[in-house]
Amino acid sequence: MKSVDIALEAQRTGRLSAVKEWLYRHNTGGRLSTLLLFIPPALMVFTLLVILPIAESGVYSFYRWNGFTALSDSGRWVGWRNFQFILQDPVFHQAVWNTAKIVLISLLIQLPLAMMLALSIASKGSLNTLFRLVYFLPFILADVVAGLIWRFIYDGNFGLVAAFTQLFGMESFYPLADRDWAFNAILVVVVWKYFGYHMMIYIAGLQSVPNDLVEAARLDGAGRLQIIFRIKLPLIMPAIRLSIFFSVIGALQFFEMAMPLVTSGGPSGSAHTIVTYLYEFGIVRSRIGFGSAVAVLLFVMCAIFAFIYQRFVMARNTA
Amino acid sequence: MTEMTDRRSVSASVARWGLLLLAALFVLLPFWMTTLGGFKSLGELRVSPLGLPRQWDATAYLDILTSSMTWQMMLNSVVITGFTVALVLIIASMLAFTFSHIRFAGKQYLYSYVILGMMFPGATAILPLFIKIRDIGLLDTYAGVILPQVAFGLAMSVLLFRTFFEQLPKELFEAALVDGCSYGRFFWTIVMPLSKPILATVGVFILVGSWNNYIFPLIMLNDQSVYPWPLGLMEFRGQYGSEWNRILAYITVTILPAVAFFLYAQKYIVAGLTGGAVKG
Repeated sequence: MKSVDIALEAQRTGRLSAVKEWLYRHNTGGRLSTLLLFIPPALMVFTLLVILPIAESGVYSFYRWNGFTALSDSGRWVGWRNFQFILQDPVFHQAVWNTAKIVLISLLIQLPLAMMLALSIASKGSLNTLFRLVYFLPFILADVVAGLIWRFIYDGNFGLVAAFTQLFGMESFYPLADRDWAFNAILVVVVWKYFGYHMMIYIAGLQSVPNDLVEAARLDGAGRLQIIFRIKLPLIMPAIRLSIFFSVIGALQFFEMAMPLVTSGGPSGSAHTIVTYLYEFGIVRSRIGFGSAVAVLLFVMCAIFAFIYQRFVMARNTA
Repeated sequence: MTEMTDRRSVSASVARWGLLLLAALFVLLPFWMTTLGGFKSLGELRVSPLGLPRQWDATAYLDILTSSMTWQMMLNSVVITGFTVALVLIIASMLAFTFSHIRFAGKQYLYSYVILGMMFPGATAILPLFIKIRDIGLLDTYAGVILPQVAFGLAMSVLLFRTFFEQLPKELFEAALVDGCSYGRFFWTIVMPLSKPILATVGVFILVGSWNNYIFPLIMLNDQSVYPWPLGLMEFRGQYGSEWNRILAYITVTILPAVAFFLYAQKYIVAGLTGGAVKG
């Protein structure tokens, strides 16, 4: 009997010392306790309020549900019907096309403009600093403010457009109420607000291009354009990639600026983007299931973009 | 030969200046019209949106500045932004520190998981988020806006903090551990004081985002007494329709703090808003 007790005791102290030993090895400097204290707050907030809702969107998207009572009460399973409807809805097609237009305008107009300005004022100098400050100014405004200011400018009775039509004795014109003009008018505001931001990213890149490299090229007889295209641009590819990344992400979540400019997607929904479409048909009309299906499609587009970006844009540069 | 290069450089510099000034005009004209528009009467605004006011009329500004609603909304914004910034700085830096200084299994996966958050805009989660906030009874409260803002600010912040922490000299860490300093103490007494630049950068990034945020308050708040200023602005616009002189004055009042802050903390703002692409 006694020997069994002793054996048990030995086993227990053995286990205890093993735990102690394990703790000693793993908790040096409070390693474990620090992990247990430092990781959960951020991880929980992130999981509960970002990841879980995204996943729930996936579930809701298969229901017809107004969200007033629990999903199990008032939700009705409709399978893929929400998706079918959205994918066949011409207004949604327009919204996707408009979102793509924001990306196109960024790539074709905004980013080249930002680059031209960046190349002109990247060097130090107080006048250059002043220009930089001016160009960056719209970016610090809230999107709703930028939208509202331009709502005034586009107002056919009051703003710049009105001044123009009055000057030439034309009829009042309301670009935001015109099917063909509304979204183009919004694109102007996008460029207005964001080109300075992209310019700033490029300037940061340009300032890290070593000066002796440029000097050496110049001594070797390289012209201005050659220096720009052969030396500066290749060297600031990371900055260019970053600004493309922000342009696309910005387009995919474009919403706040549109709110003061057009209501309910503008004239016959011609100025919807993906997120304003989601807001209009999911939230305003309390159709949680339908809106969630839009959110899922948005998620898929973001994921595809992330994949392409990782795979092709990032990879090409490291090669 | 010299004459030709001269002429070419002259025309190049004319083109350069033309572009710079044109771009500046494009940026500044709306600001000019907005600020001055608040001083005009509605009738004058209609006929001359561009010129200086013939008679400077500050009534619109005074009405706004003396309205308690204006100040209540500013205060709401300060509270929401203040808590958002403080919470993000604390929990994001703690998490980033474990990534940069502590070895543990699955670290890379956990990091990728958090960084994933950068790819997905708030809109992908907004409907379930609304249901969740409603079910825990936080609609129409500051917390109902603060928590989502914090959650969606984390990914970028963790990335910025981690990058900074990893650039801290390794010797510092080794010396502290040899001296028997715990990870926790090392973080609070050594890392944090050295991290002022990154705290400022991330802080500004979150601050501007939260101050200007419209979508979360729009969804979560219905009660005017807790509205932050962007909702207040839209409400004001709804109320005054096309009395543009009042609305322009209101816009100017809301822009002023942002512009003042920008001029004051330019360096960190540029660094923070370009995601650390520009070194502070």
